[in-house]
Amino acid sequence: MVSANNELAYNTKIEGDIVVTRADAVINWLRSSSVWPMPMGLACCAIELMGVAASRFDIARFGAEVFRFSPRQADCMIVAGTVTYKMAPHVRRIYDQMAEPKWVIAMGACASSGGMYRSYATLQGVDQIVPVDVYISGCPPRPEALLDALIKLQSKIKKEPSAKQLLASA
Amino acid sequence: MTAPADVTAALQSKFPAATLRPSGDHPALNLPVAEARAALKYLRDEFAYDFLVDVTAIDNGVDVTPRFTVVWHVYSTSHHGYVRLAADCANDEAPVAPTVSDLWATANWHERETYDLFGIKFENHPDLRRILMWDGYPYHPLRKDFPLAGIQTPLPDLEVADLTKASVKPAPMMGGPFVASPGEINLTDAEPRAKDESWTERREKPASE
Repeated sequence: MVSANNELAYNTKIEGDIVVTRADAVINWLRSSSVWPMPMGLACCAIELMGVAASRFDIARFGAEVFRFSPRQADCMIVAGTVTYKMAPHVRRIYDQMAEPKWVIAMGACASSGGMYRSYATLQGVDQIVPVDVYISGCPPRPEALLDALIKLQSKIKKEPSAKQLLASA
Repeated sequence: MTAPADVTAALQSKFPAATLRPSGDHPALNLPVAEARAALKYLRDEFAYDFLVDVTAIDNGVDVTPRFTVVWHVYSTSHHGYVRLAADCANDEAPVAPTVSDLWATANWHERETYDLFGIKFENHPDLRRILMWDGYPYHPLRKDFPLAGIQTPLPDLEVADLTKASVKPAPMMGGPFVASPGEINLTDAEPRAKDESWTERREKPASE
């Protein structure tokens, strides 16, 4: 006699100590739930970035509170501020030093497009030197905008074919 | 030390070549570049102008001779007076001025900045490197013949330039430069914008009538 399974969630009595899922789902869940940011604070946007990390906005609610000043330990570079041509190679080098997988958020008008600095000294968008995953508008953006960008980045991470990439690189 | 009754007269009697410079605020003098250092030392030692406020320069224009004028502002912390001295550089192609970095340590970085942005060499400066632009940048951006948007050059780091294929490019001016409007107008209108929006990078500037 077979009865319908009315269990809506995981039940150890029925399924034992086994959870069946997809590798991508697990890997991406792990990655998106603990994004360690690399604060590339270059101008006033960095002040808003500090606000995001502090108690009122509290980026810890999204698992990204572990700001790492070493690129070796970071997953996501948040470029917060004006990137000058003098600074641009250093931004790229720091990006290169980050371990895979890695993501970039361009925070604010300056990092996204050069912003109001249409001059000889300013890189017109950090996407010329590093691949950007999420752009944030604003000058500077509100902390909520950065939280929104992080949520967008998380949903992007959750769509990545991580298992395939890991097997290909192995 | 007390304020001199007339610092310009005292300077002119000591340096007969000095002439009055039109000024809206403080006493100001033009003098030959060879005497500038001695005059500044004289102001510092005899009249207690002990604080060098600024060293900067003026580019009078590409076709003007003399092209470059170096300007010094000194201030006295005891009698609270300002004096401005200006000296034309003799050579328009390779302008040279004397350093005062041994008289005021603050002049070190001021002169590096003036060298960086105007290309004026300060003789006997202990460390005359660029201070804002990177070493090896080929231009002096505050010169009149340098466009605000910039000139295409390689990135400072050739390895990164090779990796990213990026370079220093002229910024898109899109009818700029962008300036805020002063006065009592609503904030949307006061936002920095191009004063001449009749042209962009894609649409040619209309010929003036």
